[in-house]
Amino acid sequence: MSKIIVDGKEIDVPPEYTLLQACEAAGAEIPRFCYHERLSIAGNCRMCLVEVKGGPKPVASCAWAVRDCRPGPKGEPPEISTRSPMVKKAREGVMEFLLINHPLDCPICDQGGECDLQDQAMGYGVDTSRFAENKRAVEDKYLGALVKTSMNRCIQCTRCVRFSAEVCGAPEMGATGRGEDMEITTYLEHALSSELQGNLVDICPVGALTSKPYAFAARPWELGKTQSVDVMDGVGSAIRVDTRGREVMRILPRINEAVNEEWISDKTRHVVDGLRTQRLDRPYVRENGQLRPATWQEAFATIAAKAGRTDGKRIGAIAGDLAAVDEMYALKELLAKFGSVNLAVQGGDAFDAKAGRGSYIFNPTIAGIDQADAILIIGSHPRKEAAVLNARIRKRWRTGGLKVGMIGAKSDFTYDHEYLGAGTDTLADLAAGKHSFADVLKNAQHPIILVGPGAYTRHDGAAVLAQAAKLAVDVGALKDGWNGFAVLQDTASRAGALDIGFSPAAGGLTTAQMTTFGTLDVLFLLGADEIKAPDGTFVVYIGTHGDQGAHRADVILPGAAYTEKSGIYVNTEGRAQIANRAAFPPGEAREDWAIIRALSDVLGKRLPFDSLQALRQAMFKTSPHLMRLDQIEAGKADDVKALAGKGGSVDKAAFKPTVEDFYLTNPIARASAVMAECSRLASGRMLTAAE
Amino acid sequence: MIPGGSSVRMVPAEQIIDTPMDFDSLSKLRSGLGTAAVIVMDKSTDLIRAIARISYFYKHESCGQCTPCREGTGWMWRVLTRMADGRAHKREIDMLLEVTKQVEGHTICALGDAAAWPIQGLIAHFRHEIEERIDQYSHKADLDDQGVRDPVHMVAAE
Repeated sequence: MSKIIVDGKEIDVPPEYTLLQACEAAGAEIPRFCYHERLSIAGNCRMCLVEVKGGPKPVASCAWAVRDCRPGPKGEPPEISTRSPMVKKAREGVMEFLLINHPLDCPICDQGGECDLQDQAMGYGVDTSRFAENKRAVEDKYLGALVKTSMNRCIQCTRCVRFSAEVCGAPEMGATGRGEDMEITTYLEHALSSELQGNLVDICPVGALTSKPYAFAARPWELGKTQSVDVMDGVGSAIRVDTRGREVMRILPRINEAVNEEWISDKTRHVVDGLRTQRLDRPYVRENGQLRPATWQEAFATIAAKAGRTDGKRIGAIAGDLAAVDEMYALKELLAKFGSVNLAVQGGDAFDAKAGRGSYIFNPTIAGIDQADAILIIGSHPRKEAAVLNARIRKRWRTGGLKVGMIGAKSDFTYDHEYLGAGTDTLADLAAGKHSFADVLKNAQHPIILVGPGAYTRHDGAAVLAQAAKLAVDVGALKDGWNGFAVLQDTASRAGALDIGFSPAAGGLTTAQMTTFGTLDVLFLLGADEIKAPDGTFVVYIGTHGDQGAHRADVILPGAAYTEKSGIYVNTEGRAQIANRAAFPPGEAREDWAIIRALSDVLGKRLPFDSLQALRQAMFKTSPHLMRLDQIEAGKADDVKALAGKGGSVDKAAFKPTVEDFYLTNPIARASAVMAECSRLASGRMLTAAE
Repeated sequence: MIPGGSSVRMVPAEQIIDTPMDFDSLSKLRSGLGTAAVIVMDKSTDLIRAIARISYFYKHESCGQCTPCREGTGWMWRVLTRMADGRAHKREIDMLLEVTKQVEGHTICALGDAAAWPIQGLIAHFRHEIEERIDQYSHKADLDDQGVRDPVHMVAAE
């Protein structure tokens, strides 16, 4: 620790701290534009200048470390001033320079009200301009469907350049020209390809890069802000849902160091318009092959007429990708009343809920990736299945010393990796030590065996999982304080479903069996759209969007989307998080748990809870870890060992990618015009690449 | 005379004529040794235009990374270009001096300082030249197309 005096206050900070960090630690506010905690230091905006006593000129505090400061002549600690006239003058000067070529069009700028330049001009600038020349004009650039540019406003801080190169791993932005002709551009004016590009809008300290879908939609001060979690993938990114009236206007990231740092994927951010379109806002009943609008009573009566005559063994339920734990619990209890254990969650057939959490969660945790020194990716494309998690791996890779191997379909992860093979044969070779990467894993201190949906959603998924677990045990990925067996759950519902036992118990049917012709008479789909219900089965669809599931349904019960209900979700690490209600469901749609509760009454199988609190109380009795929000109930190493012992015969086929189109993986995203446009641009890119 | 390349403050001949070319003596004259490439300009040189040209050079050389130099060099060049014609206000001389001070010492590299110093030298020693130029220009504005002074101004002048 080094001592340093900031504005007369002596503090102790680590010597590797920059002056900016030291000043913040001392409680002094330092204005900045180019500096960002999670990007490399550029030192070019010059807004963070501070005075180091004894120095002839002010220094950029973001680029000057505490250990670079010389002590005073008698060995006294270096002295920093953030409020001296020199600093004030420097800030005013820089502010004036930044503003001379800035259009000052705040009234028509989307950044207005949440603009760093606006705020800091108020705080540190002067009130008039002395610039009498013509202002510079810069052509706007095309960056694709998500980021709108207004380059006149750009202050050339290069945050966007550094973000796309460092975090996205798609170095598509850069600066051309020099001097006052320097421009930020994409060189070729094509759409950005990163699935994290939406973050550019947050990164930009001015209104040069703003959100295209949200353009001119609302002002920040008229929005209601709700803290929530994202359900577009299994990462469970922390988000803030901004609403005006009953409409969700936009979604922004919140900082959660353990999960998403401060990034979210484009699907998380721009799925907003999907929440408005294609919504199911009233119940429907199929009559003579046609769906017709109905009342809740009619819909319930239709279900009661069918389910009342059905044997419990021929009733099943499949939960979709976006289901919260609460409603899955309610549905599980309802089916239990019928004596049915036919419960399954989409893509979860390979997992055994009874085998313990360790066998189906991302044991090393997302933050644990920062410690990893070898990662084996099996049947996964984390960039598409969990974009933010992929950015974490990339962040770790950038610091050096990380070796990544992958088995599966060749793909671009944004970091270097060794392609080991396509299928289970390679996995077997690795386990037998026949492959050089096996030594890498064995010698690693903190290896991670990452198993993705490409491996476990196959028909032999359970055997592949066992094989991967065995490899993890063999290479020593399970040791004191480290569990390197990581299952990447790509959906928000799956880990939670397995936690509460919403999975085939003894004698229960799996998804594959339930979707086979003739096994079931009544099938409840809790937002499950990615499966094909068999002919002849009476399908009750509880969900939000008129997607595949609703088209097939015999009765549609309109539910609430994740922004419209309070729901507990468990992310791939096994972290229980709560999504809060930001808006209300449209029309006659209701919260899903309440629908199931009301239905239970009509079916004569009344569930013993009248409120969400009561439901959760009951649920916490069996799954107490769900009560501890934002924490992880760690999986046991023994779970992985038990899984490793299971064995099973595996198919030699290659692992196939499961996410064909990153932008269209769930019903909300498929209803979104923005996502459709992104998908079109992305497929266009693939076509050009193929040419 | 500019003693060190183009990037230091100019000094009039009578002050520098017997000065040794070393760091200390030149810094006493508020100039510097710089690259020690001496530029001597005689009376026929239009000093304001010369410094405006030097200023253009620095504007052209600025890489654009940091703010004061990127924005400041262009600003200073534009103001100086106007001053070379006399198209300026006298109060802008002080403003220009202040802008050079805002660039100086606030940049990453020394190009910002180098762009600021020649202008500071010009203003320090030849402010009267700039003022004269401005007067000349505004005087021209009083003449009608026959070169006769505008009667309104004649009345005002009397």
